[in-house]
Amino acid sequence: MAVLIFSDKANLALELLTAAEAIGEKAKILVINDDEQAEILAHAGAEVYKINNNNDVVLADTAQIAAVVKEAACKLGADIVLLSSNRRGKELAGRLAQKMGAGCLTDVSSMEINGGRIECKRNALGGATVATQYINTDKKVIAVAPRSFAPYAGSGGKVEELALDLPAAAVKVLEVKAKETDTVDIAAADKLVAVGQGLNSKEDLPMIEELAKKIGAEVACSKPLATDKKWLPEERVIGLSGKICKPELAILLGISGQVQFTVGIRDAKVIVAINTDENANINAMADYILTADLHEAVKEMNKLLG
Amino acid sequence: MNVVVAMKQIPDLQQIRIKNRQPVFDDVPLTFGTIDKNALEAGVMLKENNLAEKVIVLAAGSEDLEDTVKEALAAGGDEAFLIVGDDLNGAESSIIAQVLAAGVKKIDDVGLLLLGEGSGDNYSGQVGSRIAEILGWPQVGYAGAIKLEGNKAIVTRVLEDAEEVVEVALPAVITVVSGINEPRIPSVTQILKAGKKPKEVIEEDELDGINKEALITTVSNLAPESDRKRIVVKNVAELVDKLRSENMI
Ligand SMILES: Cc1cc2nc3c(=O)[nH]c(=O)nc-3n(C[C@H](O)[C@H](O)[C@H](O)COP(=O)(O)OP(=O)(O)OC[C@H]3O[C@@H](n4cnc5c(N)ncnc54)[C@H](O)[C@@H]3O)c2cc1C
Repeated sequence: MAVLIFSDKANLALELLTAAEAIGEKAKILVINDDEQAEILAHAGAEVYKINNNNDVVLADTAQIAAVVKEAACKLGADIVLLSSNRRGKELAGRLAQKMGAGCLTDVSSMEINGGRIECKRNALGGATVATQYINTDKKVIAVAPRSFAPYAGSGGKVEELALDLPAAAVKVLEVKAKETDTVDIAAADKLVAVGQGLNSKEDLPMIEELAKKIGAEVACSKPLATDKKWLPEERVIGLSGKICKPELAILLGISGQVQFTVGIRDAKVIVAINTDENANINAMADYILTADLHEAVKEMNKLLG
Repeated sequence: MNVVVAMKQIPDLQQIRIKNRQPVFDDVPLTFGTIDKNALEAGVMLKENNLAEKVIVLAAGSEDLEDTVKEALAAGGDEAFLIVGDDLNGAESSIIAQVLAAGVKKIDDVGLLLLGEGSGDNYSGQVGSRIAEILGWPQVGYAGAIKLEGNKAIVTRVLEDAEEVVEVALPAVITVVSGINEPRIPSVTQILKAGKKPKEVIEEDELDGINKEALITTVSNLAPESDRKRIVVKNVAELVDKLRSENMI
C-alpha cells in the first residue's frame, strides 16, 4: 500500500506526511517545479521525488497534472495518492481518480485504519452530518482538508529527480494576481467575533473590530459577507467552504445558522448568538442567546467593556 | 455553440430534521444546489451577451427532476436534458459523472459545460473533474469570471491566495464559485413560461456503458452530538456577566 503525496503547498504536504503516518505508511512525495518545496520537505524528513520540466508543466492545467501524478504513482508503485483538499487539490482529485480508476474522497478530516480499511471522516449534507466512509477500490485518491493533521517534523530526508513522459499542457496562464495576504488565521484564534448578513453596512465593521480587540478576539464572518459583499477577505469565512474553527469563545452576530456555516463553529467551547430573530437556527446551538439588534448590542458591549 | 449547465437535485438542507442523530428526509422538498444556480446564471449571461446560442440544463436524478427543473428554466435555461433513474438521487460522484458525460455527448454543439464548484449537499467537487477526464476536455475550476473569445475561454480561477487568469480552448469544463454572480430571481411570467420550454427526458438505462460499481462504502452518516446550554439572556449586561463568570472575557 505505498502512498504518494502531492500538494502545491509545502505546509500542506507536511500535513499529508502526518496523515500517511496515521494510516501506517511512510509516503513518497512528488514535487513539481518547486525546488524550495523539495528542500523544505526533505529537511523535514521526506523522501522527495522532484520533476523539473519548468515550462512544460503547468500547475494550472489540471488534466496535465493529473497525468503527471498518475504516472509518478505508477513509477513509484503507489496505489494511494494523498492530496491536499485546498482548491487546487480538490480540483485535481476527481480528475486523477477518474484517470486511475480510483474511488475518491475529498475534504477528509480524519483517517484511521479499522479492520484493514482506511476509514475516512468527512462532512456530508452540507455539514449537517459527518460521514464515515472508505474506498472500495485498490487505487485510492484521498484529499485531506487543510489543518486536519499537524505538520510532520522529522529529519534526514532526500531529494531524487524523477523523469516522466509528459503530455503537452492545454491551459495557458495569462496572468497571476496574488491576493493581499491576510495575516490573521481565524482557525488558530482563541476567540472569534463573527458577523453575518445581519450587519447593515461595511461602515459598521469598525465597532465589530473594536469589540474583538476589547476581548482579544479575531473578526470572522459568514460566507456571503466575504464572497458576495466583499466586506472581509475570504480567509475570514467560517464553515464548509471556509475554515473549521474551534475557539474557546465565539460571538456570532447576525448569522442565521445554516448548516454550511455551523459546521465550522460547532466545536467551539462557548457560543454566543445575537440575532433579531428569536427563532434563528443559530440559537439551537448557542450557549447564550440574546435576541437583539446586533448594532445596538455591540455598541453597548463596547461601552460596558470600557 | 451551446452551453450546458449541469445541476444537482438535492433535498432542501434547511428542512432536514435530525432524529437520534440520523437525518430524516421525509417530506423534504427537492431543489437545485445554490452554487449550481450561479453556474446557470453564468451560462445565461453568456447567452445574453450573444456568446452562446442556447443554455441547456442537464441533470440526472429521480423523476421529480421534471418538476425541479422548472426553476432553472424560469431562471433562464432554454431547454432541459434530464436523465432519470430511481437510484440516481444521491448516487456516487463516479456514477453521476459517467451519466452526465453520456448526456453531454447526446447534446449538439456543446462548447462549454458549466457546474458549481461543489454540490449543495455532498460538496465533494469531483463530478466536474471526472466528466472533464471522461470527455478528454480541459477544465478550469473555481471560476470567478468567464469570458469567451472565439473558440477560447478566458477564465479567472480564484484560489485561496491568488487569482490566475488562464486561457483554454473549447470545448471545456468550467466550475464556478458562488461569488461569480448573483443569480436572478425569475418573474411570475418567466415561471409560467418555464413549463412550456422544451424538455428531453431519457431513462438511465438508455445510456450504454455506465459502470455502476460502488467505489465508496458509507459506514455511518450521523449528526454530531451537541449539548449547548441555550441560556436566553435578557440584555447585554447579563450576557457580559455570564461571560465574565465563565472567564471568557
Ligand atoms: C456548498 C456550500 C458551501 C457553503 N459554505 C459556507 C461556508 O463555509 N460558510 C458560510 O457561512 N456559508 C456557507 N454557505 C452559505 C450558507 O448556506 C448560508 O447562505 C450563509 O451561511 C448565510 O449567511 P448569514 O447567516 O450571514 O446570512 P443570512 O442567512 O441571511 O442570515 C442573516 C441573519 O441575520 C439576522 N439579522 C438581520 N438583521 C439583524 C440585526 N440588525 N441584528 C441581529 N441580527 C440580524 C437575521 O435574523 C438572520 O438570522 C455555503 C453554501 C453552500 C451551498
